[in-house]
Amino acid sequence: METQTQTDTLFGRFAVTGKQATRDGFGLGLSAVGATHPHAVALCADLLGSLKMDDFVKQWPERFFQTGISEANMMGIAAGLATGGKIPFTGTFANFSTGRVYDQIRQSIAYSHKNVKICASHAGLTLGEDGATHQILEDIGLMKMLPGMTVINPCDANQTKAATIAIADHHGPVYLRFGRPGWPVFIPADEPFVIGKALPIKRGEAVSIFATGHLVWQAMEAVKTLEAQGISCELINIHTIKPLDEAAIIESVTRTGCAVSCEEHNRLGGLGDSIAQTLARHRPAPQEYVAVDDSFGESGKPEELLVKYGLAPQDIVQAVHRAIKRKG
Amino acid sequence: MSQIADLQRTASQVRRDIVRMVSQAKSGHPGGSLGCADFLTTLYFHTMDRKDGFQMDGKGEDMFFLSNGHISPVWYSVLARSGYFPVAELGTFRHINSRLQGHPTTHEGLPGVRVASGSLGQGMSVAIGAALSKRLDGDQHLVYCLTGDGELQEGQVWEAALFAAHHQVDNLIVTVDWNGQQIDGSTDEVMSLRDLPAKWAAFGWDVLHMNGNDMTDVVAVLDQAKARTGKGKPVVILMKTEMGYGVDFMMGSHKWHGIAPNAEQTETALAQLAETLGDY
Repeated sequence: METQTQTDTLFGRFAVTGKQATRDGFGLGLSAVGATHPHAVALCADLLGSLKMDDFVKQWPERFFQTGISEANMMGIAAGLATGGKIPFTGTFANFSTGRVYDQIRQSIAYSHKNVKICASHAGLTLGEDGATHQILEDIGLMKMLPGMTVINPCDANQTKAATIAIADHHGPVYLRFGRPGWPVFIPADEPFVIGKALPIKRGEAVSIFATGHLVWQAMEAVKTLEAQGISCELINIHTIKPLDEAAIIESVTRTGCAVSCEEHNRLGGLGDSIAQTLARHRPAPQEYVAVDDSFGESGKPEELLVKYGLAPQDIVQAVHRAIKRKG
Repeated sequence: MSQIADLQRTASQVRRDIVRMVSQAKSGHPGGSLGCADFLTTLYFHTMDRKDGFQMDGKGEDMFFLSNGHISPVWYSVLARSGYFPVAELGTFRHINSRLQGHPTTHEGLPGVRVASGSLGQGMSVAIGAALSKRLDGDQHLVYCLTGDGELQEGQVWEAALFAAHHQVDNLIVTVDWNGQQIDGSTDEVMSLRDLPAKWAAFGWDVLHMNGNDMTDVVAVLDQAKARTGKGKPVVILMKTEMGYGVDFMMGSHKWHGIAPNAEQTETALAQLAETLGDY
């Protein structure tokens, strides 16, 4: 109760209202899009239940295409549907949405400017027990390197729903990354989602913490500890990794003097690298990474994996201390 | 038969364009391009119901997707000769700042092209998507796709083949350029396709055969294929062609898959191809 009160005070409108998987938010968002966008269509490669696409299929069976276990073909078909003026949403696991079909996305979707929404669940370590074959930690890097690709990694179910709705009205290819486990919900249901616009969760003075996806919650937990230690933290949710809200990052770091990036992704090629590039070009400052240190994952419970691979709140706390120390 | 003669005249000019483009660029893929000149000429000048101008979504008209993008010279020539862009632009093929990239792309906004191709095995999937889009829109027009035969070694082609039959995509006509050649040799030597007609039939497709270098047969089989659409099965035409057809020293060998003729060879080749519509 005390923790809850403290959270409310620290994070204002971002108070925990429940627990829900981000993929549930996607399913809800997809149905909302289905109702408002007659040209929206959905495709799935044999993972309907996992992607929470069942409701869309039930409501609009003629606008759904089951591709079976053939992700490469699914991406091509989506490109063709987009050519004909449809807004295709593809659904499969993040691993099979990116690395497995990279060339299809590169040629038929990105290079060809197709309005395809690549919706990817079970991203990162928090997939859990299935292990490293399915725990992709390289997908943000892969997708952000494609010219013209928008890359979004929402932090809770509400934000995922809002992002799903927002990308339907954005013309161009989008990679939407979300996850498997139940996760605290703290973004208000009516919080506007603006692609490419960072969302400040808390203002502070000593450090800028930039977090994406599930790690936003981990960062909020860390901020509680840090504030109790008397360290004033700024926490900014970077839900859109590309295009990156460089202005918000530069503005924040100009005030705080150091940065910590937090992501459920390989240290190489993820949000942290995008921030480092921004800082190096515009406002050099110390930066610490909270990310997987260039390794594959393994089987285990999500919370065990987050601890083992250095993505727990205490890892963020330590990274903040290091960053502040480096300010000199 | 004047229609056939007209098509043959156009195809002769298309072949000249191919040789001149590849020669000028000193690179490109003349072999497959020459082999498919009769087919693509017929498709654009006889078979497809096309609107004036170019709309990306292809609503209310037939659409074509080239999966084996390396035969871009023949497609560019046919597109230009069909009025999609100025014929003079063929002279920019593979040059810097050109809309006529080595492999076709939408990136530079070339009218007539709806998706990039070049990395093989992807075009059929895209064509299926376009066909599904037409179905959703209640648009009775057809979607055509041309793929190479070596390209059938890509697994995605067979994913697409499964899908099209399963979902009864019967507003789709895929043509396979069955010239039996690929970069490293004949398809039989490199990776045998074995019984191709049986494969397509087993995948649930309506299989037609065509002599792709006999204009009368090309016209007849394409007409036949159109009549076979709308019957619950996707249609595939297994089109026998000769790589390099129309230029004697390029015919029947994989050697001219991806190299350009020198000045002397170009002169020899052009002497075999009548200039019927005026060179670009």
